[in-house]
Amino acid sequence: MRKVMTGHKAVAEAMRQIEPDVMAVYPITPQSEIAEYYAEYVHDGIVHTELVPVESEHSAMSACVGAAAAGARVMTATSSQGLALLVEVLYIAAGMRLPIVMALANRALSAPINIHCDHSDAYLCRDSGAFQIFCESAQEAYDYTLIAQKIAEHDKVRIPAVVNLDGFALTHTSQVVEPLDDAPAKKFVGDYKPIYPLLDVDKPVTWGPFAMPDYYFELKRAQAAAIEEVPAVFLETQKTYSKVSGRNYGGFLEGYRLDDADRALVVLGSTAGTAKVAVDALRGKGEKVGLLKVWLYRPFPYREVAAALGHVKRVAVLDRAFSFGAMGALYSDVATSVVHVDRRPALANYIYGLGGRDITVNQLVQVFADLKDARPDTGLRYIGLRE
Amino acid sequence: MAAELKGWRKLPIGGVVPGGAARELNKTGSWRAERPVWDEEKCIQCLQCWLHCPDDSILIRGQAVTGVDYGHCKGCGVCAAVCPKDAIGMVPEREGTCAR
Repeated sequence: MRKVMTGHKAVAEAMRQIEPDVMAVYPITPQSEIAEYYAEYVHDGIVHTELVPVESEHSAMSACVGAAAAGARVMTATSSQGLALLVEVLYIAAGMRLPIVMALANRALSAPINIHCDHSDAYLCRDSGAFQIFCESAQEAYDYTLIAQKIAEHDKVRIPAVVNLDGFALTHTSQVVEPLDDAPAKKFVGDYKPIYPLLDVDKPVTWGPFAMPDYYFELKRAQAAAIEEVPAVFLETQKTYSKVSGRNYGGFLEGYRLDDADRALVVLGSTAGTAKVAVDALRGKGEKVGLLKVWLYRPFPYREVAAALGHVKRVAVLDRAFSFGAMGALYSDVATSVVHVDRRPALANYIYGLGGRDITVNQLVQVFADLKDARPDTGLRYIGLRE
Repeated sequence: MAAELKGWRKLPIGGVVPGGAARELNKTGSWRAERPVWDEEKCIQCLQCWLHCPDDSILIRGQAVTGVDYGHCKGCGVCAAVCPKDAIGMVPEREGTCAR
């Protein structure tokens, strides 16, 4: 049934249907609402989850690690500084191969302190070993929370997941969302089968051991193999979900009017919605423009990005965070994708939308115009920045 | 030294170590600078050393101390410090005498 709900409510609904054994969470704007909705479900007896109100995000992920090692299905959520505090333990969760699913309500990092959206928090955990998905809408936030849980718990994967939804733009705006009924949602996610659960006292194991130079490298290589399994499992899970939901999810990327485009944008998250309006406006005037939206950000789909952009002449890659002293993180990935192929676009890198700065249709129309008139260069460009 | 080193494909998920195996496989006492030496004559079996040892390296049988596990003792000296009868002394390790 179609309902009107915020991105936060959509994520909380997916979590309710997943019904983790343990949820450890600490409040932070804008994420807090997810935990608040979930606390209501716990209080009302709708879910049988141990909700652990910890004293910090570091403790939240630590409690998640302990519970996951014990054999529990575990979820959490955070934003910004909370992610920054938590990220040490996210690396540990990945190294210990624990399938903890975390909603990340994207918010700018301090300083200066700011509560609004950008992707500096997502980029901070870019190399953590968790796989990361970016959502364009509340519907995608709902869908990908379910999908991420199933991927994370897959036998071949068993790593944490970060499901990104833009702070306020998605978390606090009401949109039409069509959740699954509980029975098919629960059937899709399935039961969780832990490996080496600590609570299995008949088969004791040591979790999180020390590794010397003789084994650390091999253990990290084995971890890399786990995230390398994500793409195949992602596609398989999307396929199953498309059948269950009737919504067609296929691929790591969504191309929008891209097939015959000579200019294109590459974006993450809710900006894709704005970009689609800009693309439609220019298509209405006969301009061949398109959009490439990245769903699966880690592991990054290099080959598929190269294939999607091979025919495009000029591409603007939009990063919603600085990678200080370097080109934007998404730009660097797109550049890596196309560098080895013969047919490749000229690239430009735009930084935009920091600390919740609005991104408008007109600004994106202007980016397309700039791509037409000027040859993309390698320096950073900015959208909506006062000189 | 560990026996044959395994390749990355043969390691258990997340580096999990099967129960009971780690202690015997991994002797971690090799960097000790001083070793605790236990004097059975002075010992009153108060078990303070066993209680405080951070590495579970005070060996007991039943409720009586029987010695020190030099395979895992790091030589921190906590046992000697808490002993009310000076029944444990810290003796410098000479080169080549560290337990493996």
